[in-house]
Amino acid sequence: MPQPLVKVVDLKKYFPVKGVFRVKGWVRAVDGVSFEIMKGQTLGLVGESGCGKTTVGKLVLRLLEPTSGEVYYNGENIYKLKGSKLKEFRRKAQMVFQDPYSSLNPRMTVFDIIYEPVKVYKLKVSDPEKFIVDLLYKVGLNESHLYRYPHEFSGGQRQRIAIARILALNPEFIVLDEPTSALDVSVQAQILNLLKDLQAKYNLTYLFISHDLGVVRYMSDWIAVMYLGQIVEFGPAEEVFEKPLHPYTKALFSAIPIPDPELTRKREKLKAPGEPPSPINPPPGCRFHPRCPFRMDKCSREEPEMIMVEDKHWVKCHLYTKK
Amino acid sequence: MECQPIIEVKDLYVNFYTYAGIVKAIDGVSFKICRGETYCLVGETGCGKSVTARSLTRLVPPPGRIEKGVILYYPEPGGKPINIMELSEEELRKIRGSEISYVFQDPNTSLDPLYTIGYQIAETMHAHGTVASIKEGIRKAVHILKMVLMPDPETRVKNYPHELSGGMKQRAVIGTSLSNNPKLLIADEPTTALDATVQDQIMDLLRKLRRDRNLTILLITHNMGLVAEMCDRVAVMYAGRIVEEADVYELFNNPLHPYTKALLRAVPNPLKRVEKLESIPGTVPNLIYPPPGCRFHPRCPMVMEICREKRPPEINVKPGHRVACWLYAEKRGE
Repeated sequence: MPQPLVKVVDLKKYFPVKGVFRVKGWVRAVDGVSFEIMKGQTLGLVGESGCGKTTVGKLVLRLLEPTSGEVYYNGENIYKLKGSKLKEFRRKAQMVFQDPYSSLNPRMTVFDIIYEPVKVYKLKVSDPEKFIVDLLYKVGLNESHLYRYPHEFSGGQRQRIAIARILALNPEFIVLDEPTSALDVSVQAQILNLLKDLQAKYNLTYLFISHDLGVVRYMSDWIAVMYLGQIVEFGPAEEVFEKPLHPYTKALFSAIPIPDPELTRKREKLKAPGEPPSPINPPPGCRFHPRCPFRMDKCSREEPEMIMVEDKHWVKCHLYTKK
Repeated sequence: MECQPIIEVKDLYVNFYTYAGIVKAIDGVSFKICRGETYCLVGETGCGKSVTARSLTRLVPPPGRIEKGVILYYPEPGGKPINIMELSEEELRKIRGSEISYVFQDPNTSLDPLYTIGYQIAETMHAHGTVASIKEGIRKAVHILKMVLMPDPETRVKNYPHELSGGMKQRAVIGTSLSNNPKLLIADEPTTALDATVQDQIMDLLRKLRRDRNLTILLITHNMGLVAEMCDRVAVMYAGRIVEEADVYELFNNPLHPYTKALLRAVPNPLKRVEKLESIPGTVPNLIYPPPGCRFHPRCPMVMEICREKRPPEINVKPGHRVACWLYAEKRGE
């Protein structure tokens, strides 16, 4: 059995809600999340805004300290890493952010932007200019872009620069937090294809965070569906898309308009009324029960366990616990 | 079905006078919307779909200016049209918000944080004389919130915008827009700021309102999925021009313009496994110096010599299906 590159165990992150003199409550942004990602594969993390997907991304890179739980990278607990080992982890595990307009320093040239991490990690580069031009070619840019500033580029090109900056460090694991949601469709396809090509070439491992199901399906080997800080369904991408089990997954899938008028108007839809409640005081029992069309008595009392229904296809729902 | 037009746009040109130069945002756009249908303008950022929508009631913000064009509004089916371009500011204000009303993308900027939503709905009705007083308006606002399926409307009418969720705010905005019984509702990316399940609820609401009130909807979106789900007829815009217009089924099954074809292939479909997405090389052109001839030619895989020089004519390939592309002009020997 091969070891997973990233293994997350019962991760929790609560943010305090501050009153005037004391903490009034806790936002349970991430509340007991576990998953694994194998080397060279992509896990797609989907969910609506505020479900905690970005917080998971930051926790996995130790950009945030968790309230409890562990993350193992290559078998080592990343929250226990120190000194040079921590620095090595930080080099290998990188992040691409959503908005390429705010993730690049407007006062630095492309050369400086990409060379900055090389300086930080004191990597040995004999010819910086050639090194960076090579990187630019890898992301579909060229030497004419070397001494330009971010404002001279379009959104798609900026995202390419952000990707080149990460590649400079020769990373293994990349958290992609909605990398294309600020981009237009025609450009989105370019960036997605670039990410896929780079993954194949350098055997990269991705955690792909997105609310766009079409994009997630295109990119992922595995899917985790999040609702209010918890993973409610997890499985191989094809399985989850072809046979969604959790009522929330079904509702989410039926809410997505499909770019095919015949298909989208004919298909059966599962409606979830209302909106996701606040993660400050999440509903007891199953968190989806107030919106669930298949709600049973049990659902408001007991929190369902995550169980494996079919081979590697997990779901957190009482409908399946009896079987 | 015979098309009874409610609005007709002929040869619209809009420029924006910026420090960097003149942005030719809308460059000869013509279309008409039939009564009772949902018409979509679809395109990427900066293609001019919002500016077109705003032009319909001359709401283009400075430094933008409508250079020329005719906008005909038909208040009654088959009746005499009004040319929006010739109206005074005063006359226009009577049409905006009562005959033609808008729903914009972000409900947070459409609502005033200092007033309750009941007051805001009442104010809109009062301004157009639909109700005699604000008090009567607030009473009526409860019915309007019921109509837009706001949960618990009696309480919500007294709430301030910050007390509502995003979906409820957008319902309140739609309620405000419908408070004077408009004939045409222009929804400019009404759900882009909302989550998927909430977007679906708002789209259900729009469909229901259209059916119950015989509303005509102009939907502006960049989401091909929403187009497929909501619209009767679609116009695809690129760089300030309509490149293709057709019935929604025809457009998805038989796209003709190379841009439409590429756009449809670039959208990942969550119901299908795709090995490789096709992307469109390059980016949207700068409209201060738009490419000559066909504005899509620098990115077009089928580009010909004539595309670089002359603007393609709009060709009616079939009844109701027009395309602005030289590929189809040739075949007809033009």
